[in-house]
Amino acid sequence: MTSVADLVRDKRILICAGPGGVGKTTTSAAIAAGMAARGLKVAVLTIDPAKRLADSLGLPELGNVERQVDPMLFTKAGVDPGGGELWAMMLDSKATFDDVVAKNAPDEETRDAVLSNRIYKELSSALAGSQEYMAMEKLYEIWSEDRYDLLVLDTPPSRNALDFLEAPNRLLQFIEGRSLQVFLAPTGFAAKVAGRGTSVMFSILRRITGVDLLQDLSEFFGAFSGMVGGFRERATKVNELLADEHSTFVVVCGPQSETIAEASYFRDKLAEQKLPFGGAIVNKVHRAGRELPDDGGDTLRKALGEELGDRVVANYEDYHLLAERDRQNIERLATELGTDVIIEVPYLDDDVHDLVGLMEVNRHLFGPDALRVKTE
Amino acid sequence: MVVTGKGGVGKSTVALALGMKAAERGRRTIVCEVASQERISHAFHRASVGFKETELQPNLYAISIDPDEAMREYVLLSLKVKAMRDLLFRSKLFTYLAAATPGLRELVTIGKVWELALDQRKVKSAKSYDLVILDAPATGHGVGFLQTPKTFANVARVGPIATQAETLNKFLTNHRKTGVAIVALPEEMPVNETASLERDLTRTVNVAVDQIFLNGLYPQRFTAGDDDALGKALDKLTGPPQDAVAAALAVSRRARAQREQLARLESITRAPVTTLPFLFKPELEAEELRELVAVVP
Repeated sequence: MTSVADLVRDKRILICAGPGGVGKTTTSAAIAAGMAARGLKVAVLTIDPAKRLADSLGLPELGNVERQVDPMLFTKAGVDPGGGELWAMMLDSKATFDDVVAKNAPDEETRDAVLSNRIYKELSSALAGSQEYMAMEKLYEIWSEDRYDLLVLDTPPSRNALDFLEAPNRLLQFIEGRSLQVFLAPTGFAAKVAGRGTSVMFSILRRITGVDLLQDLSEFFGAFSGMVGGFRERATKVNELLADEHSTFVVVCGPQSETIAEASYFRDKLAEQKLPFGGAIVNKVHRAGRELPDDGGDTLRKALGEELGDRVVANYEDYHLLAERDRQNIERLATELGTDVIIEVPYLDDDVHDLVGLMEVNRHLFGPDALRVKTE
Repeated sequence: MVVTGKGGVGKSTVALALGMKAAERGRRTIVCEVASQERISHAFHRASVGFKETELQPNLYAISIDPDEAMREYVLLSLKVKAMRDLLFRSKLFTYLAAATPGLRELVTIGKVWELALDQRKVKSAKSYDLVILDAPATGHGVGFLQTPKTFANVARVGPIATQAETLNKFLTNHRKTGVAIVALPEEMPVNETASLERDLTRTVNVAVDQIFLNGLYPQRFTAGDDDALGKALDKLTGPPQDAVAAALAVSRRARAQREQLARLESITRAPVTTLPFLFKPELEAEELRELVAVVP
């Protein structure tokens, strides 16, 4: 199978994960555009698109609401999407976090206490994991509204693909620090029960952290304690959604050995958490043409002159070296992943910055299923 | 020196090349990896470097900073009473706090880098270094990692952590002693991101961005005139020679597009830009790195 169309058949959620710097955002946008061009109503939730791409699709910065990409752009790109629609949204994780707090707070007082807590303010945007958690939160919210045939999620630019899977849990663990709260505020009943061991512990911790920090933490957990149940419940639902048969993960990577290693590690983790794995997309693959025969150099020198011909031959040799490396790495990837669903996108000559560019990427993503695009 | 930039731009390679260069010039140098990538051990064909200062070649050392180990070392160095330490390490609460407190792992990582850079090392009988190079984690979003000490100082306000965080922040923002190098790729998005990263690092974090490395620049093998000749020959040739000419045209176009990005980068950033060549090598190991060592300043 070499087409994204097969990968997302019968699916309603596609999550593109992968290490940073491999073109996840472009791939997500291209898949969404490609499926919209095939008549589906598709929304892509993206984190950090190139400004030019966002501009060309008519997306303002950090909207946090989906906007429809002008159907005229499809027509201009030579595509008739029929009833298909492409919607896109840029995720604002701070605003989403605030929304989640507002939704889960039992009363206004708690809501305001959390929103104005100093630790919350520092953490809600900077906290590692909050972006990942909020991306899933937003995904769940939009999915619940049931307005799209397909949702494509472009995951945050984490250091590695795994962060996306692990970060939400880490975040939950942190705000769930109920047991911690007892230690942090050893007063009244809790202090009596916890006894002397705790107060010794407390005084040691105070030496390391400073009492002020502990107080703020205590307030933070206190304010959050009423909401932890809601967060946990939601996280369980999100996990169920991700594990559903209508969801699938693809890992986007490059052809270098490091990102390949990361892709297979990611696949293992998905299996561990019983999450569905669809396949891999390898971007920026160097593809060599046919190897020069023995007299190939002579042919080129004859056609181009000695000197230029030599340079073309040298260049082609270098190119082959990279192509050969990529081929070997991709073969290894297929073996390690135990899948034949590996879609290759060659190193393209131009940056992708509009719908025409996305459709060009789609020629490779959709392979044999690619739409014929009429361009004048 | 902190080497930073987006994921996949070759930070580790540049950090290591800079380290090799400094070591060759006789400076006692250590390259710090984070997030247990172990790329250095890979390049030098070693099993692993781990959380110990390991000599790779004369004057060149490496360490892989594991936050848990760094945390342990920090506690050992700051709590002198053994009974207290034992109590702390056994405590569930401490384990919990250490694992769950956001940013703490980053903070102790920077803390270890600071310790390595001290003239009088805190670690018993450890020698000082002339240069400490940090291969920083990829900047996912903005400047997170380098801002951790400042965030911590703000959150903790007073107390030992606040003091320590403040010390680390002063260490990072000391323009005479600490410099940041950004690694970028000659493509549109990475160039834009480099410019905004430089701005954020300079204005928000207040570190000195001394150097920008534009990595992976294709050699310009063909002139515009060559392109014309190649274009004309393309249709006349068939088979593999035609593929070779097509490859030449593709590389030529890319090399030219990259130079446009280089010019743009130079016009929108303040720090001097050094270009590093694309190496047509399957994997970059110590031998191949020497090609880069030859060109880094």
